Amino acid sequence: MAAHLPYEYIYLRYKKKFPHVWCPGCGIGIVMGSIIRAVDFMKWNMNDILLVSGIGCTSRMPVYLDFNTLHTTHGRALAFGTGAKLANPSLKVIAVMGDGDALAIGGNHLIHSARRNIEITTIVVNNNNYGMTGGQFSPTTPVGALTTTTPYGMMEPVFDICSLAGGAGAVYVGRSTVFHVMELDKIIAGALSKDGFSLVEVMSPCPTNYGRANRIGDAVKMMESLQENTVTIAQAEKLSPEQREGKIVRGVFVDRDDNEGYTSRYGKLCAKAAEEVSRREVH
Amino acid sequence: MSGVPWGETRLVQGNEAVALGAIASGIDFFAGYPITPSTEVAEILARELPPMGGKWIQMEDEIASVSAIVGASLAGARSMTATSGPGFSLMQEGLGYACMTEVPIVIVNVMRAGPSTGLPTQVSQADVMQARWGTHGDHPVIALVPCSVAECFHLTVKAFHLAEAFRTPVIVLSDEIIGHMRERFTFPAKGEVQPVPLSEPNVPVEWYEHYHHTASGVSPMARFGRGYRFHVTGLTHDIHGFPTRRIDEVVPKMNRLKQKITRRLDVLEHNEELGVQESGVVIFAYGSVYRSALAAREILARKKKKVGVFRPVTIWPFPDKTVKKNLDNKDVIVVCELNQGQLIHEVERLTSDQVRVVPLQRYDGYGITPEQIVSKVMEVS
Ligand SMILES: Cc1ncc(C[n+]2csc(CCOP(=O)(O)OP(=O)(O)O)c2C)c(N)n1
Ligand code: SF4
Repeated sequence: MAAHLPYEYIYLRYKKKFPHVWCPGCGIGIVMGSIIRAVDFMKWNMNDILLVSGIGCTSRMPVYLDFNTLHTTHGRALAFGTGAKLANPSLKVIAVMGDGDALAIGGNHLIHSARRNIEITTIVVNNNNYGMTGGQFSPTTPVGALTTTTPYGMMEPVFDICSLAGGAGAVYVGRSTVFHVMELDKIIAGALSKDGFSLVEVMSPCPTNYGRANRIGDAVKMMESLQENTVTIAQAEKLSPEQREGKIVRGVFVDRDDNEGYTSRYGKLCAKAAEEVSRREVH
Repeated sequence: MSGVPWGETRLVQGNEAVALGAIASGIDFFAGYPITPSTEVAEILARELPPMGGKWIQMEDEIASVSAIVGASLAGARSMTATSGPGFSLMQEGLGYACMTEVPIVIVNVMRAGPSTGLPTQVSQADVMQARWGTHGDHPVIALVPCSVAECFHLTVKAFHLAEAFRTPVIVLSDEIIGHMRERFTFPAKGEVQPVPLSEPNVPVEWYEHYHHTASGVSPMARFGRGYRFHVTGLTHDIHGFPTRRIDEVVPKMNRLKQKITRRLDVLEHNEELGVQESGVVIFAYGSVYRSALAAREILARKKKKVGVFRPVTIWPFPDKTVKKNLDNKDVIVVCELNQGQLIHEVERLTSDQVRVVPLQRYDGYGITPEQIVSKVMEVS
């Protein structure tokens, strides 16, 4: 690929699809940029890439990218992606979803995709609320936060996306933010290079809904808070429990090679089944 | 057993015939979630597909199952799922998505009695309207109803063909009686049934339009990973598949979706008629009830009472014109169904006031017997 060209000329459907739908100051476009750079780093052929999403602001991403792109129904990206990957294992499947998409309506698909270890890289853009529908709470809205459906403050505890994915069997789990773009590029590339279920949580501002409802300030202020309120794993280790309070940890939490991917196991199962059948037929 | 026993005569179960019909059609991918009375379809394919290199996966629920087969179909696999009432309800989301995005899939619903969990092991035909209107929004649908083990096989094959030819989901509406009964069935000879050929675009990559306008309303479909990079969305889209709200793109899309089915009744319509023309009394029945209707007709013939039997095999799209032409001049039509009245409304809609449309309905989990039909006919004519 011609490296001197700006990325957008190579990977974007720039003629057809712009301007995009995202609000000024939204972080989703930065995540898209990171995905492009990580894909470019992998030197994958665009014909082999399937970018699948659910419904939400984040899930609008596929339409802008010149891959095989599949914008599905709310929460189901991984179910569609599982079908496509198993049907054609040579596809490189990337799923992008919002936090509500991935953890509320699609939570069950997420844990089972991780358990199966289907070879899909999942990018969850965590903006702490339902962006597309106007800022209702999601499973990642912090306790006490205001949203249109938590006018007295969020009362439910949050889902830790990374712990959930790791606990369910993902072979690679990382978290970064749209402020830490170089780190994010690397973590996404790390996820793409795994032959199993990998997940990257990206903290991203939704200034239009979440930012405004909680008077966090404008998009710049929200970006700054991503810098101020997060620490790397190494930094976190040096902090006292009090200092760590309220900080979100960035980095790669799971990176294992002891769990074979689903389609690869399935291929072996087919070979074993064929052998059993032919043995039975001989007898 | 392994594979389709081509040319052999065997005692075969309805659900088994569905599974083997799928294999005969060249099924590449099955995703499902166990549910009575359809489970045998999944179980048989779990055994049959892996040795052939076919893909089989048990998903976490039926929403995931239907989503997976749509994804698989887009990636180049002939895909199917099988379920029953409660699972069929969950599949409505994916069914609508496949209608909108024009992705070929086959959904088998072995009907059991509802609503809700209902009578899980017992028969009904109460999903007829759900098959037609279960998913939200205006949408086309094709649904085929088998009445025998042989038809379980042949209509499954037909479903795969129609799904591909019309780029749309096709529903096989079996029922608990048909699914679980065993009948003597002679499989077609080897070579008689071919795997369904998958359409492929015949234009250069740059020219490809995923929803190209054609006279039939259906255009050849590229699959993911073969060089044609296209976008698929459940949002209303233009000919490239990109979202649109332009009225001059929305309306043609909606019209085409509908007309690609409704204008092709010549291909889709499939009825069976026995003595309809020469009888003033007609029994209207489909699926397992049709078998009782045939038996009833014989009993009545012995009593010197002549009746006709009309059966739609393709119930959606409904054979409006034929029903109007062939049944609107009758004295009495006895509409027999295992529900509280679903297709009877279609028959009523198409017949004038002079025709007496009489229901014979059963919704207690048991089939309608020939004797019940006989006494109903005697009562009303
Ligand atoms: C079945 C279904 N339920 C509800 C909706 C409405 N809806 C659209 S997007 C969305 C939530 C989006 O939030 P999130 O997944 O966090 O993504 P974001 O928009 O924040 O990127 C909801 C509830 C829908 N489209 N489908
Ligand atoms: S509503 Fe929020 S998440 Fe959606 S585009 Fe706007 S800023 Fe981004």
